[in-house]
Amino acid sequence: MRVERFLTDSAQAFPEKTALVTADRRLTYAELNRLTDALAASLASQGVKRSDRVLVFMDNCWEAAVSIFAILKAGGTFSPINASTKGNKLAYIIGNCEPAAILTQARLMPVVREALAEHQGREIAVLSTEGRNGVPEGAGSFMEALEGDATPPAHGSVETDLAMLIYTSGSTGQPKGVMMTHDNIEAASRSIITYLEGRSDDIVLNVLPLAFDYGLYQLLMTFRLGATLVLEKSFAFPQAMFDLMRRERVTGFPLVPTMAAMILRMNELQPGFLPDVRYLTNTAAALPAEHIAQLRGLFPGARLYSMYGLTECKRCTYLPPDELDRRPGSVGIAIPGTQAFVVDDNGAPVPAGVEGELVIRGPHVMRGYWRNEQATNAMLKTGPDGLIQMHTGDLFRTDAEGFLYFVGRKDDIIKTRGEKVAPKEVEAVLHALPGVAEAVVAGIPDPILGQAVTAMVVLSNPALTEREVLAHCARNLEDFMVPKRIVFKDALPRTDTGKVSRRLAAADLEQAA
Amino acid sequence: MSESIKQTIRSFIVENFLFGDEAALPGDAESLIAGGIIDSTGVLELVAFIEEQFGFTVADSDIVPANLDTIDAIAGYVGRNASTAAAA
Repeated sequence: MRVERFLTDSAQAFPEKTALVTADRRLTYAELNRLTDALAASLASQGVKRSDRVLVFMDNCWEAAVSIFAILKAGGTFSPINASTKGNKLAYIIGNCEPAAILTQARLMPVVREALAEHQGREIAVLSTEGRNGVPEGAGSFMEALEGDATPPAHGSVETDLAMLIYTSGSTGQPKGVMMTHDNIEAASRSIITYLEGRSDDIVLNVLPLAFDYGLYQLLMTFRLGATLVLEKSFAFPQAMFDLMRRERVTGFPLVPTMAAMILRMNELQPGFLPDVRYLTNTAAALPAEHIAQLRGLFPGARLYSMYGLTECKRCTYLPPDELDRRPGSVGIAIPGTQAFVVDDNGAPVPAGVEGELVIRGPHVMRGYWRNEQATNAMLKTGPDGLIQMHTGDLFRTDAEGFLYFVGRKDDIIKTRGEKVAPKEVEAVLHALPGVAEAVVAGIPDPILGQAVTAMVVLSNPALTEREVLAHCARNLEDFMVPKRIVFKDALPRTDTGKVSRRLAAADLEQAA
Repeated sequence: MSESIKQTIRSFIVENFLFGDEAALPGDAESLIAGGIIDSTGVLELVAFIEEQFGFTVADSDIVPANLDTIDAIAGYVGRNASTAAAA
């Protein structure tokens, strides 16, 4: 099944039902179907055709939801880009995936113009929403592209085509485009809906960025179910979100550990304060056992799912909620219709209790990284039976009953606020600043963030201040990648062989914190 | 009074969220969240700053956009509570 059918089928079954609720607009399935048809026809008239990439560079707004499904209806491949992405990285992504079009918001147009300045001569259609001064210079009108009753022309695209290219932080420092076909997304969403027991009367609150697959799948899955998505930009004001959840009678509440920590630091909440919530989910990093217990106290009637996943296959495992008491530290078992097992360095399965690398097989596993054969081959390998399997780079063990436990990463990736940050990407930005001689970046435990991105820097220009270094980072990195703290040192810690040691730096920084 | 509170808030935002880039400071009536100036953990930093700087405790139920999403709103909220704290 192609992914746009999630919308078109639900529009047929529930035309008048509310599909999407945002702060400034409510849309029914029929309305969304018409808007996406019109935008798909506009995109086609601007030259977007089968398998063309189209960037959706927007925050969580109704226009982003319309864009994603319109691109699919035009036969294209959507690529959701985090709204805090800066010009240099956007320019890299444009060079990497060569999009036919970019759909964006007026406030982000300066970033788009900066990125496009590096790609003069390329033909890229740009559509933007209106700002205070109308449609910004350099863009066509997004709103005009939604007008009329046109339907998209036939494009010939099929289920094995790419539906999505989603960029993820790579351990080498350059973002990598994860290739997902319509079949991949169909399989992953079906599996997740199965274990969450998703229903058409679900009402799901999503505050996580649509450029983050966990946030994106809330949109895809609610549309597939014919359910309702309440889409918000941020969890900055939890009380306002709780009011909204009571008003909209939200039944599904996806969390990352940072949100759980924000909820649990509030001391005025009473058990059952959100009585309609039927289930909560957590992924991105494990919740501390104490937080699990406290959440269950506040949501006595709800099921709580501990989950684990990678963008490269969307989701790997989930813990059935009735196992939570027995094994609160486990992330469970493979999601339905897939396999997850632990292997040693030679690829042989290890017995229970022994640490090894987690390997995933199933219809949800990506087709590879866009134009990056080397990284693809490091991740996707041929198993003993000749079938492709994904080596996650994550260390796991199982208990005697086969339930999985996350042990750690094989590489240095930092998890902060639920998002992955490659230390090398931050270090590359630090090294580009004149006056910085050397830098090493590590994640330091933090009660709210999970890990706080922290940098140890050796200066060649001693006049440089922490603020100047942070300002440089903020100009060049997405918000969540900007270090929380810069620590200046005379030298970086090194191993016996003279290599800069991230592990020793992390230990130093943790002690200093 | 209110103008000096506003200036203190502006300085904190410039220093902490804009790393000294005053040109990026939004207007007093513009949303700090929608403008991407502060995020969810930024709000917690803002609350900690208000408590320390102005000497009163911010109740969980006060952490709402009406009190904290614009410089005007923050100054108004601080003005109401700091004076209560001073009078007590």
